[in-house]
Amino acid sequence: MSETDGTEVRPVLEAHGLIKRYGHVTALSGADFELLPGEILAVIGDNGAGKSTLIKALSGALVPDEGRILLDGRPVRFHSPADARRAGIETVYQDLAVAPALDIASNMFLGREVRRKGVLGQVFRLLDHKRMQAEASGHMQDLKIGIKSMKQAVETLSGGQRQGVAVARSAAFARHVVIMDEPTAALGVKESGMVLELIRQVRDRGLPVILISHDMPAVFDVADRIHIQRLGRRVAVVRPAETNMAETVAIMTGAAPGNLDVAANGNGSS
Amino acid sequence: MSTATATDRAEVSQQRSLLSRASHFLTLPAVGPLFALLLACVYFSVRTDRFLTGANLSLIVQQVMVVGALAVGQTIVILTAGIDLSNGAVMALGSIFMAKLAVSGGMPGIVAILIGIAVCTVFGALNGALVTMAKLPPFIVTLGTWNIAFALTHVYSKDQTVTGLPKSLTFLGETFPLGNTDVTYGSVLMLVLFAGAWYVLRQTSAGRHVYAVGDNPEAARLTGIPTRRLLLTVYTVAGAVYGVAALLLIGRTSVGDPQAGQTDNLDSITAVVLGGVSLFGGRGSIGGALCGALIVGVIRNGLQLTGVPSIYQVLITGILVILAVSVDQLARRRRA
Repeated sequence: MSETDGTEVRPVLEAHGLIKRYGHVTALSGADFELLPGEILAVIGDNGAGKSTLIKALSGALVPDEGRILLDGRPVRFHSPADARRAGIETVYQDLAVAPALDIASNMFLGREVRRKGVLGQVFRLLDHKRMQAEASGHMQDLKIGIKSMKQAVETLSGGQRQGVAVARSAAFARHVVIMDEPTAALGVKESGMVLELIRQVRDRGLPVILISHDMPAVFDVADRIHIQRLGRRVAVVRPAETNMAETVAIMTGAAPGNLDVAANGNGSS
Repeated sequence: MSTATATDRAEVSQQRSLLSRASHFLTLPAVGPLFALLLACVYFSVRTDRFLTGANLSLIVQQVMVVGALAVGQTIVILTAGIDLSNGAVMALGSIFMAKLAVSGGMPGIVAILIGIAVCTVFGALNGALVTMAKLPPFIVTLGTWNIAFALTHVYSKDQTVTGLPKSLTFLGETFPLGNTDVTYGSVLMLVLFAGAWYVLRQTSAGRHVYAVGDNPEAARLTGIPTRRLLLTVYTVAGAVYGVAALLLIGRTSVGDPQAGQTDNLDSITAVVLGGVSLFGGRGSIGGALCGALIVGVIRNGLQLTGVPSIYQVLITGILVILAVSVDQLARRRRA
């Protein structure tokens, strides 16, 4: 991955010139985006940098006013999160979007339940509980999350394990991209470490991951590249190995120009 | 040595799986209410010989069949974190429609029944539309439709009880022999309603979605469940169930009574709550609600048999409701 330069590999997901305005406020002012195969791309930015608007556009939660989004080189237009999901993009939300009273298997297959084969499933719409439990167990084991019973209610799990269920769910159903929106924000240090390990495992299984996070040490820990968002556009893409946190934060806050920041580079001398 | 530990381990894991199965059973939401129901039955069996007879048990089921049927609709509404105050009045309206159309309108029984069920279904859909589209709280919506249905019942019936109902309307009150006991068809129909609700809630994805919407509506929406359409469906189906309850009411009383069902909305909520279904949504089971309805019936019947004035049944029910909700609250706090 470090051998190939970004320009030679076709991005899995890319966006060009995204613009999104809310009344007089411009949340995205021509933002570009590029996610390469098999990488963890962190997206960072100060509050109001348009980072969550960008992610919402990529995950289908909002439709940008202008600009193009391409998935595997083909233009796509998402009108809802369900559209993005159908296209193979799964999102893990920061507020642990699980139903706590439902068991693990039910959560994993929520909205995508598996029915029994034949007449039982087609006519009587009978669910295949056994198969869903077995598959859920398999998905959890793939990510080495050690929970035995898939019949356990999610609320009996720790915060990290709950997030583990959400990550396993997205990894199981994503065909192209997994988006993680602040997956460690609600978690303690140890549990955050566990979720970061899960993110690595998802990448190692071949799915590229977009990680939105405020947690700089975590970002430098797991990300292959870092997309820095500022004032509604991408101002820099850096590699953690080639920079440090201070430089990165300087770009993020505008104290230093980014390597893609045309406006800042052009105006820097004046 | 090593083989010994291996077998030990196997034994331990087997014990653990038995234990975990047992503990899983104990966490099932209907276990508490079932235990309470059995306890009440044992108590009254000891107190009087007349309790544990086929005829008496059949009578209990017959006495709870109307509220039980209403509790089926109430359960699916409450599982979505809603509430339905209108169900008793909607049922009364449906039964008046059935009775009047058959007696004064001269319609065939089956047509009158279908129109009555349709009226109840429309009220359910109205509740659902107001909750999902106007985004009003279910409590307020159904408080309104309760009054509307109540008023319509009295206007349409001109406050007159409809008598002389044909057999094609009252057949659910008739009995068939089961062993030495006569059982009404209505009792069976109520149990069929519960079985159907169990099937949908437990065995179909629609049922899983009902729980998810009541548990965490935002998570349900994000997983792509059409939450508003689901809620609309839940209230509409509940309305249709109240239509069936209207027919059960006619079977039970053999008249069309505009005064019927006035406290049945609260009685159905009582049954659901006693059944361990959480008023906060997403938790509980339909089997629990059946136990809840039967608990009320058993206590009422048992106290009557033991010569205790019936007002004490109301007192005990009140205490049980508070206990049941306290247990739910405590469980919630421990989870939080």
